[in-house]
Amino acid sequence: MSAILEATSLNKTFGAVTAAKDINVAVAKDEIVGIIGANGAGKTTFVNMVTGWLPPSSGSIKFDGKDITGLAPRKITRLGICRSFQVAQVFMTATVFDNLLIALGIADSHGFAALKPLRVADREARADAILRRYQIHDYRDQVAGTLPQGIRKLLDIAMAMVAQPKILLLDEPTSGISIEEKFGLMDIVMAALKEDGVTVLFVEHDMEIVERYVGRVLAFYQGEIICDAPPAQALVDPKVIEFVIGDEPQGQMMRERAAVQGGAQGEASDA
Amino acid sequence: MTHSMDRTLVGLTVGFAVVALLGVFVLPDWLLSQTLIAFSRALAVVGLLVLWRTGLVSFGHALYFGLGAYTVAMLGRELGITEVLITLPAAAVFSALVGFGLGFIIRKYREIFFAMLNLAFSMVLFGILVKTESLGSTDGFSVEQPTIFGLGTDDASVKLIALFLGVCAVGWLVAVLVHRYLGSVLGSLTTAVRDNEIRVEYLGYSVAEAIHGKYVMSAALTGLGGGFMALALGQVDPESMVNWTVSGELVFITILSGPGSVAAPFIGSLIFELLRTYAYELVPYAWQLIVGATLLLIIFFLPGGVWSLISRLTGRRDAGRPESSRPESSRGEANP
Repeated sequence: MSAILEATSLNKTFGAVTAAKDINVAVAKDEIVGIIGANGAGKTTFVNMVTGWLPPSSGSIKFDGKDITGLAPRKITRLGICRSFQVAQVFMTATVFDNLLIALGIADSHGFAALKPLRVADREARADAILRRYQIHDYRDQVAGTLPQGIRKLLDIAMAMVAQPKILLLDEPTSGISIEEKFGLMDIVMAALKEDGVTVLFVEHDMEIVERYVGRVLAFYQGEIICDAPPAQALVDPKVIEFVIGDEPQGQMMRERAAVQGGAQGEASDA
Repeated sequence: MTHSMDRTLVGLTVGFAVVALLGVFVLPDWLLSQTLIAFSRALAVVGLLVLWRTGLVSFGHALYFGLGAYTVAMLGRELGITEVLITLPAAAVFSALVGFGLGFIIRKYREIFFAMLNLAFSMVLFGILVKTESLGSTDGFSVEQPTIFGLGTDDASVKLIALFLGVCAVGWLVAVLVHRYLGSVLGSLTTAVRDNEIRVEYLGYSVAEAIHGKYVMSAALTGLGGGFMALALGQVDPESMVNWTVSGELVFITILSGPGSVAAPFIGSLIFELLRTYAYELVPYAWQLIVGATLLLIIFFLPGGVWSLISRLTGRRDAGRPESSRPESSRGEANP
């Protein structure tokens, strides 16, 4: 199985701070990877390097065999890596429908084709179809700035998927979402993503979400990957429990579970 | 939406035709002359409107206004070219070229820095012109009689009507083209860039290029407006073409007009010109007071400009929401 995304010896330093230290990851096509770690562990830095927001200090990133290290975000987007944001990045004064139309318009247009009208029947139909798929059609004509947080996040993800990327990076899709809403939101997102056949990497603080939706976990601590394993294994890993889960709300629960499964291992955490 | 686009095109065509007919058959010469001046400025304001929708305000577009005006005047004086079908396009093209060059620097800046950098560039041109004696320094010089298809006239009222019809035709064309542009994918990257640059980049479009393109467009339109102004006044000088007060007037009219429609600058510009004339008649030494008070009233009660009044009266939906009415949180946050 060849890797669709391959990061080799990635390093990123901000002055004296090391945000990424010798990161080596290969992600296969159609994998769903969860990226976990405490605040400041380097998760978002990793996402930012892959999507071109930050150039790595050293190392390389390959996408589909092509070197994309240090390319601008828009070039990486055009190649097929898109992302959503921790704080939804949408066009706040436009309606939900117009947000998608603009996103589709940009994805459709290269060069002078961008001078063609934005509102054409075919594009409007596609926008409506996407709104239905992400179950936000009820908000179609509402201005994005007035949307509830969860709906805005769905819109953000829907806009990221408009270009039909091969890889999607979700930065904390459930942050700012109430506990009652989070599974509903993730079900919608994951169903839509599965339909499109996209490789997903997502940063997540919520271990319940990680457990339920990912096939593989990358745990970050101080810029390093301390664990790379399936969730069943990773979430009981003593290092993960000490450095990652210990800081999380469900840490207590996870520690208890680990204690049951791993016996004395559970004592490793005293956070 | 296609329906309402048609409405705008029809409205523009009917509106300009009515104004042109009124001008030829009804309006007195002084009003004709004021409309000519107003529409010359309106061409520039259409350019500023595109920038404003992108969230950018320039306090220095007198640079391009002056470049356009001096291009027309100097082609006549230095090369003997008075053909308006050459001089006016030259004004637009030359301004666009300068805008293209400066755009590489200016596109990196936003908000007050964007506004002030433009002002700085325009004051450089002002300084050069004031110091250049061969161009008449502060007095400027007069523009040669314009010709079209090689035909000219010494009859002032015929010349006035010809220029008036010219500015109506060009105004209509510019309004229609810019309206089309705003309805295109690139046109949607005005409010989209203003709302969230990060999202635009992550959708795969360069914000810098989007802004650069719109900047060049505004420079070309402002140059064209300046060219018409030179012909309308028959005279170019730094004070009335390049000084910062000219930039201020253009921004004033942009706010007065509102970003809602490409027709707004023409209406707003005419209102401004009439307002100034009557204010001057009324209180010759304090007319600025009346003009300033009007701007305050507009900002307080009509943040969408006079166009919002028109759209309210005709039951249209406002396409470009004015800056002041957008929610606080709409700026794209740097990075989570």
